[in-house]
Amino acid sequence: MGYHRIITAFLTIIIKEVTRFVRIWGQTILPPAVSMTLYFIIFGSLIGPKIGQMGGFAYMEFIAPGIIMMSVINNSYANVVSSFFGAKFQRHIEEMLIAPIPDFVILAGYVFGGVARGLVVGLVVTIVALFFTHLHIHSYAVVISIITLTSMVFSLGGFINAVYARNFDDVSIIPTFVLTPLTYLGGVFYSIDMLPEFWQGVSRFNPILYMVNAFRYGILGVADINIFHAFAIILLFISGLTTFALVLLRRGIGLKS
Amino acid sequence: MFALEINGLQKVYKNRMHALKGVDLQVRNGDFFALLGPNGAGKSTIIGIVSSLVRKTGGKVKVFNHDMDISLNEAKSCLGVVPQEVNFSQWESCLEIVLNQAGYYGIPRKLAGERAEKYFTQLGLWEKRNDKSRTLSGGMKRRLMIARALMHEPRLLILDEPTAGVDVELRRSMWIFLQQINQTGTTIVLTTHYLEEAENLCKNIAIIDKGKIIEDTTMKALLSKLGTQSYVLDLAQSCTTIPAPNQFNLRQTDPLTLEADITRDQNINELFLYLSTAGINIASMRNKSNRLEELFIRLLNDKNPPGN
Ligand SMILES: Nc1ncnc2c1ncn2[C@@H]1O[C@H](COP(=O)(O)OP(=O)(O)OP(=O)(O)O)[C@@H](O)[C@H]1O
Ligand SMILES: [Mg+2]
Repeated sequence: MGYHRIITAFLTIIIKEVTRFVRIWGQTILPPAVSMTLYFIIFGSLIGPKIGQMGGFAYMEFIAPGIIMMSVINNSYANVVSSFFGAKFQRHIEEMLIAPIPDFVILAGYVFGGVARGLVVGLVVTIVALFFTHLHIHSYAVVISIITLTSMVFSLGGFINAVYARNFDDVSIIPTFVLTPLTYLGGVFYSIDMLPEFWQGVSRFNPILYMVNAFRYGILGVADINIFHAFAIILLFISGLTTFALVLLRRGIGLKS
Repeated sequence: MFALEINGLQKVYKNRMHALKGVDLQVRNGDFFALLGPNGAGKSTIIGIVSSLVRKTGGKVKVFNHDMDISLNEAKSCLGVVPQEVNFSQWESCLEIVLNQAGYYGIPRKLAGERAEKYFTQLGLWEKRNDKSRTLSGGMKRRLMIARALMHEPRLLILDEPTAGVDVELRRSMWIFLQQINQTGTTIVLTTHYLEEAENLCKNIAIIDKGKIIEDTTMKALLSKLGTQSYVLDLAQSCTTIPAPNQFNLRQTDPLTLEADITRDQNINELFLYLSTAGINIASMRNKSNRLEELFIRLLNDKNPPGN
């Protein structure tokens, strides 16, 4: 298959993926906008002033980057896990599997879809945030690269989850029991400086801490962690998860009997 | 050259079901080939393996000489598949479904659009092009799957029971359509439970039972294997008695109809001689069309004698 054909196949998958989440925007884009608005109102406007400053910023300003990041993480993951599991469940994944598409193109197509949804939701939540606070961007390069790379990590995670999932329950286990706790404990709402030393050490094993803080650094210019460590960790996750996903595809795990 | 070449194909499913026990099959380029067999014989398993949706346990599959273990993508490019069960996205329109499928094969949108129009028109789906696939009737879904399988104009088209649950009229028009496709050079393999379908369409036929090929021959040879031919005779006047000796196994199904069996060492002239001597006038005569059914059942029984 020449590279023209590969590009056509890739474009077909990404158009299909983007069309899917745009068509059902009431389930994919609206809910995060609504729930994140609630976070801003409750934590930012109502509780925030009582908390005062955090990391040298008003509480609202401090949590805004974390909340944007949280919505990007959740939505990238949710997009790929539900789209790919849905394709397996309705069996139209077979349309791709019988065609001469290299595995990495299928993976890249789904990951692109997840990143697209993550970024669209991230943008919507950012716009919501602007109603509540000012966001001065410290470094556009960091903001854009961190958000895109993080979105890739969780799109890959969603893909792997979907490969193993046998029913709709399996699709929600990881988000509920792994992603949500790690995000809440990843410094979205607080600076880990506030924690006792022991828990600060434990927190440093949470990869989401690095992503949230790197993103916060991009916007506010402050972080609990070293930004280069954040990039290294994210890239490590991307390469590990990509390799894992490609092995699963090649072996046909969960796809071929 | 063979369009499809299968050697020693084995499949054991995870639940230990030994679905294929060394299947050998050759389909010539340009052929119209029937794969027949009772439920659970392994037809869909073969098709699943050829379309790379089922992992084989052993054996070799080549599509137009492309070994699926070595040049999988080349093999896939030559192949179009119409699966037994509906497998498209419920939320997409008919047009989206076929355009996407074309895209997966690397066909540019413009060309894909032209082909979609061509095949939708031929298959009577053009009016439905913007409807969601879940709103189609069963027969329309089958035709949509055929259109989808043709988008990349494969050299080998495999159809797994394409006319299951399709009404008589539509079935005939699908036959004509498939014959046209075959005449333009596309090799066709189909599975079916309607033996009439295989008899009408196919040049060559293989019969599979319990994961083994039990017959692989031309349709003609298979039909001639049948020692007896049965005929239905419509009488000009009703007759009440059949004169002895009844060497043609004549039997009366109603006052104006007789049925007769002619064995290989008899011929039709003898039958007519006998009938005119007996003073029975025949208005018309036709072949009894369940020959293949009888043969099929006989073949299966030969291989699995009752009580075995
Ligand atoms: N995914 C699977 N897991 C386990 N066993 C299977 C699976 N698919 C098919 N089988 C078994 O393999 C055997 C062959 O099935 P297959 O679907 O190939 O038959 P078939 O000839 O297509 O039958 P039909 O005419 O009913 O479609 C059957 O016994 C079936 O139960
Ligand atoms: Mg079948």
